[in-house]
Amino acid sequence: MTTRLGRGQRTTPVLFVAPFFILFLATLVAPIGYSLWMSLFREQATSGLGFGGTETVFVGADNYLRALGDASFHRGFLHIALYCLIYIPVMVGGALALALLVDSAMAKAKRFFQLAYFLPHAVPGLIAAIIWGFLYTPGLSPVIDLLRTLGVEWDFLGPDGVVLSMANAAAWQWIGYNMVIFYAALQAVPKETLEAARIDGAGELRTALAVKLPMIRSSVVLTMLFTAVGAIQLFNEPEVLRSRSSAISQDWSPVMYIYQAAFTEHDYGLAAAASLLLALLGAALSFVITKFGNRWKEA
Amino acid sequence: MAATAPPHTPAPAPLPEGRGPSGPSRRSRAAGPGRSSKAVVNTLLAVVTVYTLMPLSWLLVNATKDNGDLFASPGFEPADFNLLTNLTGLFTYQDGIFARWLANSLLYSVAGALASTFISLLAGYAFHTYDWWGKEKLYGLVLLGILVPHTVISLPMYLMASEVGLVNSYWSVLIPGLVNPFGVYLARVFAESYVPGETLEAARIDGASELRTFRSVALPMLSPAFVTVFLFSFTGSWNNFFLPLVMLNDSTLYPVGLGLFNWNATLPQEPQFYSFVITGSLVSIVPLAIAFVALQRYWRSGLTAGAVK
Repeated sequence: MTTRLGRGQRTTPVLFVAPFFILFLATLVAPIGYSLWMSLFREQATSGLGFGGTETVFVGADNYLRALGDASFHRGFLHIALYCLIYIPVMVGGALALALLVDSAMAKAKRFFQLAYFLPHAVPGLIAAIIWGFLYTPGLSPVIDLLRTLGVEWDFLGPDGVVLSMANAAAWQWIGYNMVIFYAALQAVPKETLEAARIDGAGELRTALAVKLPMIRSSVVLTMLFTAVGAIQLFNEPEVLRSRSSAISQDWSPVMYIYQAAFTEHDYGLAAAASLLLALLGAALSFVITKFGNRWKEA
Repeated sequence: MAATAPPHTPAPAPLPEGRGPSGPSRRSRAAGPGRSSKAVVNTLLAVVTVYTLMPLSWLLVNATKDNGDLFASPGFEPADFNLLTNLTGLFTYQDGIFARWLANSLLYSVAGALASTFISLLAGYAFHTYDWWGKEKLYGLVLLGILVPHTVISLPMYLMASEVGLVNSYWSVLIPGLVNPFGVYLARVFAESYVPGETLEAARIDGASELRTFRSVALPMLSPAFVTVFLFSFTGSWNNFFLPLVMLNDSTLYPVGLGLFNWNATLPQEPQFYSFVITGSLVSIVPLAIAFVALQRYWRSGLTAGAVK
């Protein structure tokens, strides 16, 4: 419902949304604009020897070209590509499978399972990474001990295992959260539809895949969207595990690269350009997921 | 997945009474999943439960061990009970800096989330109640704001804050936390279902001003929305690590996560911090875990609003 207001009252909606939009401008729109501006400049020493002050020089696209030409920035994108390839299917697929299993008539103790899966989300991402860091540390970890008794030697913090270890820490934290979202969406599937499928002779598995799954696809697409945007900003897990693993460099992920460029090198122009390139990737991913999502919805 | 409904499903067994979300309507059907596939499903779900609860129970057990026992005793076996010693050590180290961090976290999260929730509700309510030029375009901008990568805007925000002299202050973490586009979205969705137009119309006919109508009529109706939006804002700022990392230098301003992160990073050189980090992690989780379990209902309604729409 909407209200048409009298003359004197036209200012009311403006007053109501003003606090939000003033802050929105100050902490969201302005920083993006400032990034764009910053990305075009570079601080340079006034004398070639590094004595004296620095001056800010307009360099056009140079910061973007430097970022795009930097091998460690490339490696960062390779790392998150590998991470996304593992993390997104495991997390979204796992959450979906759990939601469908709990929703099926075969699951007992539905409330208990939901709570048990959701509880890790009460742990902040940083603390989750710290805890898993302990569980990856030889001598401290019962997981490593257990694997050893099974005859498996696995180095969670070695170059081969470290991406998997990060994906696991993140999936542990988010799988229950998304499972609850999917489960909530499943509750909205009309009983008549399920009844009809049953009468047509569909078993639990067929009903889940052919009836329930298509009906919650907008939730699935939305979750993919948020997961992908979050995953490309990977920072907490590698930053926490870095103190224990020689396989993680200081600029291992793009956000770590940006952090290092800004706060270690004080090369703000490069950091801003790299930030915007990462944001661009986020926008492109959002576009692709929404596009595919819509096609799936129409199918 | 294939294991959930094996092809050899045995002769139809009657479904137990009233199981399943649709209850009675499903009961009418005689054919149901067999006992064996049922066992498979529940075993699978139980295995995942072990996975999700294992790290938490490890934390619980190991917060009771001293530094020596952490490495000397098997992970899940309790050794000498040193929880109280650990807690005392944790809270007295450096004149109780850990308590300071907890208090800071509470300030950032509670004060920040209260203000942010109020701002979001006000905006969401206005989006629902009034019509103005360009409204839906503005709303589209809010939705776009949900997707902006936060790590990307933290750097320019740091530089802007340092220009106005706010870097390394409580404000530098509090102010960005006030903006919660998802909260505005939730508030609008909730307002659509909780605040009927007739009630507002009646208040207006009685001569109430728009602000008064919001405060005395709409806000009480929106109290479940308040709790839900507050919960999302609260966990958002409790979990925020990147912004404080960028903004704060002074360790007395740290939220608890940042403090623990710094201790954790020094562990390879200073192993005496192990019991502090483990016990501290446990302490920092407990309040949130209690809030989660107690306020489950509100969580669910927020997630549902996000999922179904």
